[in-house]
Amino acid sequence: MRTMSLGLRHELVGLSGVIERNVYLVKRYIWWDIAFFLWTVANTLTIVFIAKGIPAVGGTIDVDRVTTILLVGAVIWAYLGIIFEILTETVAWERWEGTIEYTFMAPLSRPVHLLGMGVFAVGYGVVRAVLLFGVVAAFFSLHLPDANYAAALVLLIVASISFIGIGMMTAVLPLISPEKGTQLGFVAQGLLLVVSGVYYPVSVLPDWMQALAKISPATYALRGCRAAILEGAGLTSLWSDIWPLLVIGVVSIPLGLWVFRTGERYAKRHGKLKRSG
Amino acid sequence: MKALEVHNLRKEFVRREGRSRRRVAALGGVSFDVERGECVAVLGPNGSGKSTLVRLLSTLLLPDGGSASVFGHDAEKDTRTVRRLVNRVSVEASFFKKMSAVENLSYAARFYGLRPAQTRERIPEILTRVGFPGDRRAEPMENLSRGMQQKVALARALLTAPILLLLDEPTTGLDPRSKQEVQEFIREVRAEHDATVLLCTHDLAEAEGLADRVGILDGGALLCLEPVHELKARYNAETLEEAFFAASGHTFENGEGGDHS
Repeated sequence: MRTMSLGLRHELVGLSGVIERNVYLVKRYIWWDIAFFLWTVANTLTIVFIAKGIPAVGGTIDVDRVTTILLVGAVIWAYLGIIFEILTETVAWERWEGTIEYTFMAPLSRPVHLLGMGVFAVGYGVVRAVLLFGVVAAFFSLHLPDANYAAALVLLIVASISFIGIGMMTAVLPLISPEKGTQLGFVAQGLLLVVSGVYYPVSVLPDWMQALAKISPATYALRGCRAAILEGAGLTSLWSDIWPLLVIGVVSIPLGLWVFRTGERYAKRHGKLKRSG
Repeated sequence: MKALEVHNLRKEFVRREGRSRRRVAALGGVSFDVERGECVAVLGPNGSGKSTLVRLLSTLLLPDGGSASVFGHDAEKDTRTVRRLVNRVSVEASFFKKMSAVENLSYAARFYGLRPAQTRERIPEILTRVGFPGDRRAEPMENLSRGMQQKVALARALLTAPILLLLDEPTTGLDPRSKQEVQEFIREVRAEHDATVLLCTHDLAEAEGLADRVGILDGGALLCLEPVHELKARYNAETLEEAFFAASGHTFENGEGGDHS
């Protein structure tokens, strides 16, 4: 019992180390982070302006509603980008600095290591997503009196379990291809969102894409967040989006760990941990 | 119990040559033991298999055959325990370059279960011991010289109190003064911490000055492992370089080879 509690304490200290390291990195690269945040704001504006553009070319829409639909899509796109980027950096950045060998030879279990990266990614991603939403909503003077922000946040965090699982799978890609692996993470992000109705209802997709949408956690995150912000849906009415997220999360985390472990064994078998560029 | 038992350890890598692939033996069936508290130097030119050996013992590579155990724990099967017992200093002092020495050491210590309360005083202490200037602890690593960075790498390894210290060319590329300081520190660690040291180097004088026994690794094969005086006597050599020549059949420089050293 004592050994178990000591082991658990050891793992928790290790997990705090992963978070601590990422906090230092954010602190040291803060101006870069601000620059990327500005890029994300600009990128989100280009998408959300589409709602303003439709009436200008003769379309008839509820501008505020479409603006909010697009904004939620863009914020979740950005959030997912942060999660995948941080998890992919588990390998990519460390490999670049050469620290990966020291991290991988430390007595830190891989699930705890990846969980630490995931916890940090969620915390950092939520802060960035909330800021992005606030800045763009203020820019368009969006009035959202019914919005249930707490429910939207809870839904996003539940969805993050699945996002972390998928992120673990993409994190291994830089081990297989140090040069292009990180970019493949963005491909996974794009594929996930295109079938999930990021800026449009899933119903407009071809049937085979709608089938894929059913197993994408982003589908439920987008639908649930939109319902919480536009209609003020609470957690009870969002249950139809929450339970699929929990199921996908329960499957994706072990699957992500298995994929990462397989990639790690491949790297150790072929000497791919060593920095070569 | 032996600190290190290596039996017929083998590692091969696939090398691409145009469209074809060829398996190259980086380590071809190496066997040796290291006693607790002993310092063993493995001498070999670039490409001889030194770093492959260190990576296998650090659980960073999976062997293709044979076994290695650290204080009775198998390096392939019981990795968590082995990782607690071992730390490593390599030729590249790898750090997050924008982070400071203290920041790099802090997070690394957590991976070994050391809490902030334990490292708050221990990190400055250990940095002082390796001769790292106190006023530069908060500076980004990228501002520090190679010698300074290597001292932080030594501090990182010692912070976790390893009982087996794997040193992979720890003084390569350092200026003579830094080199001497690092070597002095290795002696101190052995004397004060009861640490077992496996030193892989291509510095003949370093091997002779620090190790109880010296092994010659060439082309992935361990040709011999004995105290320096026995090695010299066996090959009727006056210097370690002569002994290397007699054992391997070529000069130290000519032995340089493979990609995976």
